[in-house]
Amino acid sequence: MSIGLHKSEFSNPVIRWVDSRLPIFTMMQKEYGTFPTPRNFNYFWNFGALAMVTLMIMILTGVFLSMNYTAHTVYAFDSVERIMRDVNYGWLLRYVHANGASMFFIVVYIHIWRGMYYGSYKAPRELLWMLGVVIFLLMMATAFMGYVLPWGQMSFWGATVITNLFSAFPIVGSHIVTWLWGGFSVDNPTLNRFFSLHYLLPFVIAGVVFLHIAALHITGSNNPLGIDPKGPQDTIPFHPYYTSKDSVGLVVYFIVFAILVFFMPNYLGHPDNYIPANPMVTPPHIVPEWYFLPFYAILRAVPDKLGGVVLMFGSILVLFVLPWLDGSPVRSMRFRPVARIAFALFTLNFFVLLYVGGKPAEEPYVTISRIATAYYFAYFLVILPLLARLERPLPLPESIARAVLGRGGGPIPMAATAKPMEKA
Amino acid sequence: MADMATPPGTAPDAGGRRDFLTLATTAFTAVGVGAVVWPFIASMNPSRDVLALATTEVDLAPVALGQAITVMWRGKPVFIRHRTPENVTAARATPLSELKDPATDQSRVQKDEWLVVIGVCTHLGCVPLGQKSNDPRGEYDGWFCPCHGSHYDPSGRIRKGPAPVNLEVPTYTFTSDTKIRIG
Repeated sequence: MSIGLHKSEFSNPVIRWVDSRLPIFTMMQKEYGTFPTPRNFNYFWNFGALAMVTLMIMILTGVFLSMNYTAHTVYAFDSVERIMRDVNYGWLLRYVHANGASMFFIVVYIHIWRGMYYGSYKAPRELLWMLGVVIFLLMMATAFMGYVLPWGQMSFWGATVITNLFSAFPIVGSHIVTWLWGGFSVDNPTLNRFFSLHYLLPFVIAGVVFLHIAALHITGSNNPLGIDPKGPQDTIPFHPYYTSKDSVGLVVYFIVFAILVFFMPNYLGHPDNYIPANPMVTPPHIVPEWYFLPFYAILRAVPDKLGGVVLMFGSILVLFVLPWLDGSPVRSMRFRPVARIAFALFTLNFFVLLYVGGKPAEEPYVTISRIATAYYFAYFLVILPLLARLERPLPLPESIARAVLGRGGGPIPMAATAKPMEKA
Repeated sequence: MADMATPPGTAPDAGGRRDFLTLATTAFTAVGVGAVVWPFIASMNPSRDVLALATTEVDLAPVALGQAITVMWRGKPVFIRHRTPENVTAARATPLSELKDPATDQSRVQKDEWLVVIGVCTHLGCVPLGQKSNDPRGEYDGWFCPCHGSHYDPSGRIRKGPAPVNLEVPTYTFTSDTKIRIG
């Protein structure tokens, strides 16, 4: 390694002075300016950027909300009501934060769906995918603890039911639960530590996001065809092409977000959470927030307590080994006629689980949730491994440029297309 | 590094000495890390003041036959039911083979007419219904948990539904004929 100033290519003297001592401008230029990106992204490739923006919105609103929140069982509910009524724009901060959580999960679910459909988890992006699953787990923990903070009925009983999941583990279970609570029930110590962790975890998420993006910039992005770029004719620089494409998606995203915040801010919430927590009375129908419903359905599908807990955690942990369960070398499901159908059913099945998770634990929902749980696991553990051996994929296009430019107009000679591209 | 550990001409056990130092340092570090981590983990367990609130006194005199009361103990509801003789007979007539978590009624009470159990469903911690006279009491005239549909009998034993074990009996003592101390 050579020691000395970095040879900066920037001409502005101030930027050049900084950049030669700490080449962050060179790095940004390399990673977000000229970074070669497949030329054929569709709008599903917006969702990583959207998730990043949502994380920043959540941290910003969260920091300001915490300035008016009191993490104590006696004051928490009232302090949230005070934010809603008395704090200037407190209602806006809280509604953006609460609905931001829902938007975060919508965006991340689509981002994960994109990765699964186009095979973005396959080699060489396995670690990138696994870091994504870590982010997803951290998000779930953060969202769960955040929902406890307003100390309404759903906060309290959601916290009780979810922390009690750990009591299913033999021998150590009850000690773990007491340790999590810091007492013998969900109470003030629990609320305090949840607030502390709810404030901490988003920054941990930001750290893992950094690793996720660092890994992405080593392997480069996947693309809708799932084939690797073979040369400069297959890529375009990230800026201005994808900065502008992401901006279009961002505007649409903000429109949806704003509709939710300004016109239906409580649509995705539960009215029982506007009742202060009461440890002596359980609401008749406890449901988690909508984004946990598919996993809650899996939990309830199993008649055995430990079995339900194991399957629920397993339903997320199975994502870690997905790159090795799906051995097919073809990434994009566009070229996998059978896997494509199985995945369409998987997608539908996810919505079925989401639906039955919100219904009471009675027939016919119990049977439906069992069938849906079975398919959820069968997709990962049976269908994908089998299809890797049995399926005959469609022929892959020769290159991204040929597939993109050749459509309709017939094959275009490589030399003719490559020249103007290299300029970009 | 390896070359430096055993320079030519040194006794062959010099490597052994080096290994010993490495192992001893590693062991010392592991114990040290454990000693530092433990206070952090232990700080999350119930504190002294939480433990100090771990007993509750209850006067049973005003509770009429057939009536039930709920008291708070360690932040959880405790169900105390003044059971009728029919309740007791029914609970004792049930053969153990019918129970998911077999326990005799006698083993769950100190005085036949008083049942004291923690009012927290052993499935996922909801509070079962059945304390008020107009509550549903489930198929066995005990308690019914509305969250995931567990039925308990008048002895607080699980009879039907996803809960794995009977309602827990807290430690309690009769301090007089009509008073108990829970905890």
